[in-house]
Amino acid sequence: MAMIRNQRRHRLVAYSLILPFVAIFALVFAYPIVEVIRLSFTNATLIGGGEWVGLQNYRELLADRLFYTSLKNNGYFVLLTVIPTTAIALGIALMVQRLSGRLQALALALFFLPYILPVSVVTQIWAWMLDFQFGILQPVLELIAGKPVPVFKNPHWVMPMVALVTIWWTNGFNVLLFLAGLRNIPQDLYEASALDGANRRQQFTRVTWPLLWPVVALVLTLQLILQLKLFDQVYLLSEGGPFNSSYVLLLMVYREAFQQNHGGYAAAISLVVFLLIVTVSVLQYQLLRIRGRK
Amino acid sequence: MTAQRRIENWALTALTLVAGAIWIFPLYWAFVTSIRTENRVVSDQAGLLPDEFNLSAYHDALFNSSLVHWYVNSIGTSLIITATVLVTGMMCAYAISQMQFPGRRLLYAIVLGSFMVPAQVLVVPQFMLMNDLGLINKWGGIILPQLVVPVVIIVYKQFFDAVPKEMKEAVVLDGGGDYTLLFRVYLPLNWGITTALAIITFISSWNAFLWPFLVITTENMMTIPVGLTQVNDAFGVAYARVMSVALLGAAPVAIAYLIFQKRVTEAVMISSGVKG
Repeated sequence: MAMIRNQRRHRLVAYSLILPFVAIFALVFAYPIVEVIRLSFTNATLIGGGEWVGLQNYRELLADRLFYTSLKNNGYFVLLTVIPTTAIALGIALMVQRLSGRLQALALALFFLPYILPVSVVTQIWAWMLDFQFGILQPVLELIAGKPVPVFKNPHWVMPMVALVTIWWTNGFNVLLFLAGLRNIPQDLYEASALDGANRRQQFTRVTWPLLWPVVALVLTLQLILQLKLFDQVYLLSEGGPFNSSYVLLLMVYREAFQQNHGGYAAAISLVVFLLIVTVSVLQYQLLRIRGRK
Repeated sequence: MTAQRRIENWALTALTLVAGAIWIFPLYWAFVTSIRTENRVVSDQAGLLPDEFNLSAYHDALFNSSLVHWYVNSIGTSLIITATVLVTGMMCAYAISQMQFPGRRLLYAIVLGSFMVPAQVLVVPQFMLMNDLGLINKWGGIILPQLVVPVVIIVYKQFFDAVPKEMKEAVVLDGGGDYTLLFRVYLPLNWGITTALAIITFISSWNAFLWPFLVITTENMMTIPVGLTQVNDAFGVAYARVMSVALLGAAPVAIAYLIFQKRVTEAVMISSGVKG
């Protein structure tokens, strides 16, 4: 009897411990997930009811040219960021790792600091540096293009520039992941390979790279997910323009829901974005794991 | 070490620091701009070096904008979010890690699964919900959707799992219950991870943009990242003022980072599952 009572008490305590989280989770996470699915089959406005319209939102989306433009731009941005940022972060981590003590802390701070800035600070600083008339980087652009470029108003420059800003802003996080990975590689492997006469390049390809591969795979996957969620920077730097050349899926969600008052349609796009992210990241992760096992 | 090797090392160190200096240049440039007068900023003679020390842009930023309101909103909401996320997260993680109850495995599976859901795709129903609850333009509206941070539970659970069983048995023999265990034993044993999680939760809620941007429409209710987007419109082409507001907005977290650099580094490494 006492044991059963004890067990019941034990359970009650457990439930009281999980209750606060579960209650919040149910209200602002689980319920919205169910809702976003339901809404995607309705013609709901942002505030107020709406009727069941079946698959109409999805049919509309498949016929919407802006959807394909956004999809293409998201893909282009992923190409511009994921592999470059991973390579740059690895390079920085290898450089920083060689240093020690205060010098290392200083170097790490220099590369990491942008990561903790709010997005609006980042975009304002870069908008100023790339300002058409007074931007300090315009001479550099002149070297490349032969004339000053209003980068965020130019369809060819806008995405690469948003990518550059993004890499500068978020790269510190990846540097830290690589540093953690590099620290986990046993030092005696380097000593042993040095005794065998391996040079730096051989040490990297034979020791560092294979042992670091799981971290590389992790960074690539995290980056892919992160960059597919592009919204803040494009909204603040170019608002999707010019001529929709930086229009992306989450911007489409925002415009449809909060400016056009098409809650149901925006929910359908959200769901497509979600499925896209899950599919692509699971696929990529599996691919990278298979490569890693070889 | 051979002489050649030593020179190579020096060169690599110098290269690293030069690369770091280039990397941080945008922040330096923002600072130099912010301490100039507006005329100087757009004049041909303005060079790379700080040639003026004019604080009028900062004066303007502090007294002629809603910056102080934004500070209060950002600090208030970020503190509440951090405290709530940590307390509810550690309680839930303790139950999952140390207690037996029906639904335990399912709960953990849900927590792990919700890690996959990008918060951005939930903004439409969350906005409708906040509207129904009358929380648009309120602190509650900013805070509530930011309270679900599954990674906190995942990290706490891992660390609670690693606490030796003997510690638990000793407390139980003395008649201590689970609340005592959590707050007197498991939490103190994990202060390091708690501060690390607190720092990254605080930074991410301080910097959150999309959600606060959607839920707040009046200027005095904005948080720093959202408020900063208003400055351009208000000041027009006043670059020194825009830069000074941007730097003031970034300052608290930047200073906190420089003070707690080691902890932040640890926190990022731990929370991404790569334990160094």
